Amino acid sequence: MTSYRLASAGSVNRGQPLTFTFDGKSYKGFEGDSLASALLANDQMLMGRSFKYHRPRGPVTAGSSEPNALMTIGSGARAEPNVRATVAELYDGLAAVSQNRWPSLAFDVGAVNGLLSPMLGAGFYYKTFMWPAALWEKLYEPVIRRAAGLGKLAMQADPDRYEKSWAHCDLLVIGSGPAGLMAALAAGRAGARVILADEGFRLGGSLLSESASVGGVSAADFASAMIEELEALPNVTLMPRATVFGWYDDMVFGAVERVQKHVGTPSPDLPMERLWRIAARRAILATGSEERPLVFGGNDKPGVMTASAMRTYANRYGVAAGGKVAIFTNGGSGYRTAADLVAAGVDVTAIIDARVQSADAVPGGVRVIRNGGVVGTKGRKRLEALIAERSGFQEQITCDALAMAGGWSPIVHLMCQRGAKPVWSDEAQAFLAPDVGSAFIAVGSAAGADTISTCLKEGATKAMMLARDLGFAAYEMNIPEVEGEYDPAFAPVWYVPGARDKAFVDFQNDVAVSDLGLAQREGFRHIEHTKRYTTAGMATDQGKLGNVATIGIVAGMRGVSPAEIGTTTFRPFYTPVSFGALAGTSRGEHAAPVRTSPLHDWAKKNGATFVEAGVWHRSAWFSREGEKGWRDSVDREVQNVRRNAGLCDVSTLGKIEIFGKGAAEFLNRIYCNNFLKLPVGKARYGLMLREDGMIFDDGTTSRFSEHHYVMTTTTAYAAEVMAHLEFASQTFWPDLDVRFVSVSDQWAQMSLAGPRARTIMSRVVEDDISDAAFPYLAAKTVTLRGGLKARLFRISFSGELAYELAVPAGYGEAVADAIMEAGRDEGICAYGVEALNVLRIEKGFITHSEIDGRTTPDDLGLGRMMALQKPDFIGKRMSTRFGLTAADRLQLVGLRPLEKLEEFSAGAHLLKEDATPSMANDQGWVSSTCHSPTLGHTIGLAMLRSGRERYGETIVVWDGLHGREVLAQVCPPVFVDPENRKLQG
Amino acid sequence: MRYSAYSIIKQALSGNRLWTPAWREPEPKPHYDVIIVGGGGHGLSTAYYLAKEFGITNIAVLEKGYIGSGNVGRNTTIIRSNYLLEGNIPFYEFSLKLWEGLEQDFNYNAMVSQRGVMMLAHSDGQRDAYARRGNAMRMHGVDAEMLDRKQLQALMPYLNYDHARFPILAGLLQKRGGTVRHDAVAWGYARGADMRGVDIIQHCEVSAIRRDEQGRVTGVETNKGFIGCNKLALATAGHSSETARMAGLELPIETHVLQAFVSEGIKPVVDHVIVYGAGHFYISQSDKGGLVFGADIDYYSSYAQRGNLATVEHTMEEGVSLIPGLSRGKVLRAWGGVMDMSMDGSPIIDRTPIDNLYLNAGWCYGGFKATPASGFCFAHLIAKNESHHVSRFLRLDRFERGHMIDEAGKGPQPNIH
Amino acid sequence: MASLITCPHCGTRPKEEFSIRGTALTRPHPAASEEDWHRYVYLRDNPKGRYQEYWHHAAGCRRWLVVDRDNVTHDVFSVTDAAPARGASE
Repeated sequence: MTSYRLASAGSVNRGQPLTFTFDGKSYKGFEGDSLASALLANDQMLMGRSFKYHRPRGPVTAGSSEPNALMTIGSGARAEPNVRATVAELYDGLAAVSQNRWPSLAFDVGAVNGLLSPMLGAGFYYKTFMWPAALWEKLYEPVIRRAAGLGKLAMQADPDRYEKSWAHCDLLVIGSGPAGLMAALAAGRAGARVILADEGFRLGGSLLSESASVGGVSAADFASAMIEELEALPNVTLMPRATVFGWYDDMVFGAVERVQKHVGTPSPDLPMERLWRIAARRAILATGSEERPLVFGGNDKPGVMTASAMRTYANRYGVAAGGKVAIFTNGGSGYRTAADLVAAGVDVTAIIDARVQSADAVPGGVRVIRNGGVVGTKGRKRLEALIAERSGFQEQITCDALAMAGGWSPIVHLMCQRGAKPVWSDEAQAFLAPDVGSAFIAVGSAAGADTISTCLKEGATKAMMLARDLGFAAYEMNIPEVEGEYDPAFAPVWYVPGARDKAFVDFQNDVAVSDLGLAQREGFRHIEHTKRYTTAGMATDQGKLGNVATIGIVAGMRGVSPAEIGTTTFRPFYTPVSFGALAGTSRGEHAAPVRTSPLHDWAKKNGATFVEAGVWHRSAWFSREGEKGWRDSVDREVQNVRRNAGLCDVSTLGKIEIFGKGAAEFLNRIYCNNFLKLPVGKARYGLMLREDGMIFDDGTTSRFSEHHYVMTTTTAYAAEVMAHLEFASQTFWPDLDVRFVSVSDQWAQMSLAGPRARTIMSRVVEDDISDAAFPYLAAKTVTLRGGLKARLFRISFSGELAYELAVPAGYGEAVADAIMEAGRDEGICAYGVEALNVLRIEKGFITHSEIDGRTTPDDLGLGRMMALQKPDFIGKRMSTRFGLTAADRLQLVGLRPLEKLEEFSAGAHLLKEDATPSMANDQGWVSSTCHSPTLGHTIGLAMLRSGRERYGETIVVWDGLHGREVLAQVCPPVFVDPENRKLQG
Repeated sequence: MRYSAYSIIKQALSGNRLWTPAWREPEPKPHYDVIIVGGGGHGLSTAYYLAKEFGITNIAVLEKGYIGSGNVGRNTTIIRSNYLLEGNIPFYEFSLKLWEGLEQDFNYNAMVSQRGVMMLAHSDGQRDAYARRGNAMRMHGVDAEMLDRKQLQALMPYLNYDHARFPILAGLLQKRGGTVRHDAVAWGYARGADMRGVDIIQHCEVSAIRRDEQGRVTGVETNKGFIGCNKLALATAGHSSETARMAGLELPIETHVLQAFVSEGIKPVVDHVIVYGAGHFYISQSDKGGLVFGADIDYYSSYAQRGNLATVEHTMEEGVSLIPGLSRGKVLRAWGGVMDMSMDGSPIIDRTPIDNLYLNAGWCYGGFKATPASGFCFAHLIAKNESHHVSRFLRLDRFERGHMIDEAGKGPQPNIH
Repeated sequence: MASLITCPHCGTRPKEEFSIRGTALTRPHPAASEEDWHRYVYLRDNPKGRYQEYWHHAAGCRRWLVVDRDNVTHDVFSVTDAAPARGASE
């Protein structure tokens, strides 16, 4: 193994060696290395396999646009697939494995695809695998799927934490190269709150890779000095390892900070990544530019990389990309690379310049082939030689690395995420940033600037302009002198024809020039069609590297300017962002807050089992010793309520206080039934409709004084009803004097039901609650023994004599305890929502199982509540449409099985006897069922076509899903005490 | 040119130089029997079925951008017919049946993959609601199965069973549901229609609808001049209100943006289409390896094909809550589609009060799976002037008559359907 | 627009604090024609461009607001209280 580590160059910390593994083999690198630079230093050029043909690949960049060097880092639940080795920060103990190869990276059976490549051109799969039809899912697709994807996702729960934060600033600077650093400093010195974010693990951007000297020191040292000054400014926040991935409305930027991705043993006190939403008044795009690869046959051999990448490896990491390097260039970058490599002692064997002539300085002793091109490469797992062509003559040149300098493309991605398209410039031969207004501007090479000195100057002046625009006094900055910079001008070369091997434009997806040609021939001429048909630009780098070449080549094939071809759409994310970071803390058990009732602890100590009801945890039943299952508990609770009494927590109901002189009129318009004349001290059941005439929610509203009401809603619709009341009050009838406050959390509410309820309640209430003094539907403030004021309602959801008692939440448990104590000798029990549900089904009361958003009051037998004589209520005008009043609508009925032991469940449908199951024969559906301990068999509520005319009919309860059919008799939907004797007793 | 393994080998031997365009790029003729506005999935399939099934071939499809540039090219590729209501089940089942034979029918591999669609239930109430739906499906002969928690654990061991805020109780599985390669649908229909003589005219934007003195539609003004027609069919979902306005029609539709996402390619881990019932998150994995997923719309009216970060984060929260193992995967790309959100969440395939004007609109975010049936039924309506029986409920005037098809039971608020 | 909304009562707040209902329409008079009611409940102008929409500051002041904005560029022109008497920005 050769070491490609240069003797002295670079800014890695040679005093801090790090050990890591790749495919199980141990290597050494230094602090400050990227994984890719450390692998290169160890002569490991082969880092991946391409997607389609499994061609061996090495890194082609040293940055975030890397398409080839993708690896899985970490193991077990921490394994992260598709990490770009070129931006992964090396740490001690890092373990990386290669992807998309079998059995090994060096010997990959999948490479056989390459032999079939003439048949696997763009879109081949659309044209075959169709016969016989059955084979697609049985044979073809499984084979294709086996080849799908790159790395493996462990699919285990993530052991690490993620968090989110907002940040606010006057100026966000994205990118910390020469332009970004100067911009941040200019605005920072002016006193603006500045955030400087950079995707790299070290700030400085291209300054870390350039050999020029700035302000008399090396570019990297200059960057360090700038960063030191910025760090000292309290109004400047530096965010390395933070990728700004998206630009959203209102100058909000999304960024992800990799807090601990570079740490061997993550601290449990820190997040792995942190998602930032940065609200910036102004923003500067200083993201630099991307060097374009050249497109020639065999341009994907390991060892072929961009010239700037090669410079980065040499100047920043102190690593030579090869022992014998050739350079293929169309501009100054190639010559600068040659000079830097020669200075570092690397053998540069030739510069092949596509141009006829240039003024670029040639380092001593390096051969230049002008007006030449590379038309082929040799070698398999590493470049061994290239074939250069000049004036029809070919020459083989031995080399183990080849730098490609194909010109520059400003990185304008973020600016184009909100619809603006980049603009082609003939002069720059590049797509430039669009004008997106004065709040977000591009500077430096992201704006097409060519040299470091231009970048420095532009960064400073544009930042000062923005700072002044925001009212800060910004003073002119000294722009440091740059020595030894080069002219990166280039003459475009889109494609070098004449190659036998494939010339790739998209390395990862193996899209070659021939595929682009095929797409044009087949009519996929719009660039979006070309992209989608060939998959060019659809790999994990999203075309950062290859899209401009694709556009240039397609333009050449069509004989038009790249301007006419245009770009595909730029969309978030700039680089891929983890699900973990975007999800943050709201996951798993914390996906939604848990709401518990003020009586939660009371229920707990009484043995409750809890069930999720929306975000609530509600007591479902209260197990007692000897009970074998929940049904035993529920049956006992129901029977005990019907026989003695039970106490149930109903605190989760929505509770809304309504005040104002207009409250009566308001309620009269909100409910479909009459509320204008509800007397003080009375509760009334009400139905709210939507404006389309369907039931929205139900509940009771009680009048406590002339201008004070208390409304209850269902648990599920509490928030919706509140918003609905506010909407109606604020937008429909702002003239009505009415105010609301949600008090759902302020009151503990409990239902005491059963024949002994009055006896028990009178033991805790001081007021007279005899039937005469406190009849059915009475509602008033009472005093409990001990002096606590409470609200008592005589309402029932069980059909029993029942009260609902509301006390301030903090007293809930004590009052519930007192009631249990007071009822002990009356046989009281606690009962949960399961028993509550049985009790209400037995009595034919409805819930949102019946009110499913498609039911009218009449459907549920409540048609008489509709007070159509009222001048107005919500839902009135739409409720008389034909479809809502048709005689064949589904209507609420009861069902009882013909055979007592037969059971059926909710969700079953209804069929006439002897009818075959079909949509036309579908008679309705079962909304609620339970075992009725009172009757000793299953009962159900159902919505049946013209149901109220069909009492007594035998009907099939059809549950094909569970393979069950039961005969049932249609009956009125009230199974217990239809005369309401118990209720009013 | 007929596509087959044979054609691929033959072409490969001649250097792939002899492939011909999948469709022509004709100039518009002065007059057509039928003009279809909108070269998306529904417009192209309408043209295809008009030509293939109803013998009308003098057709132009006018597309203001490139074909397939709307929602057929930016969706989550799911097909299914697991609906609840009588107005929908037969229609979507007809669509699924057409998907099942589509590739052989139009000689294009759209990768129809019936990998199964699973809707998860997280509460007793939701399980009952899915039971009702499953039974409604089975009543109509549509496949549906209810799986309990144990069966789900065996089938999808990677879901969050033990640390979920909302427990997974059951799942309603439609095995015949699945995914389709979305772009290929547009291209397959385009090629099939073109082969039968349909003129597909890209970059042709309609600016006005011309009507005669009796109010009948006679043609359209476009950037390529006036083009006459006997019948004009609008299939411009996302922009239906804008096109209908040219004829003076106001529709029961609001336009909203729905974001969708794809992850980096990873080795296959999610075999089915899974729908999270405690939120609104749906995910599948493509044959290329990308996880394709989405959640709710952004809720505000928007004609911009892009959404906002809050919705993105919410989507990922639901995704990681359902499948914890996603956390260390990476999301590659987000995009936005512009939706016709109708007032009851169901679409419209109908004549209009204006003579010669036909409307296909209101697909909300369910349009992709409907593509074959939508085209077939719309073609039937245009050709015969009467509704196909499976689309007979999808009327424009159903709101006036009170016959809404409200699958979600949310009422006339389009952004919550 | 949809990252931040400036509530006339509370100031600039993130979108998550709001819920959105749809087009800001005026409810017809109870005795208005069937057609007017049908239009109100079911038909939408749905223009591409300038648009008035009801937003509810649900996690803030609980006021319903009219957000006047462009649904293509997402620019916001004004946010006002939906109640006519409180309409002016405060």
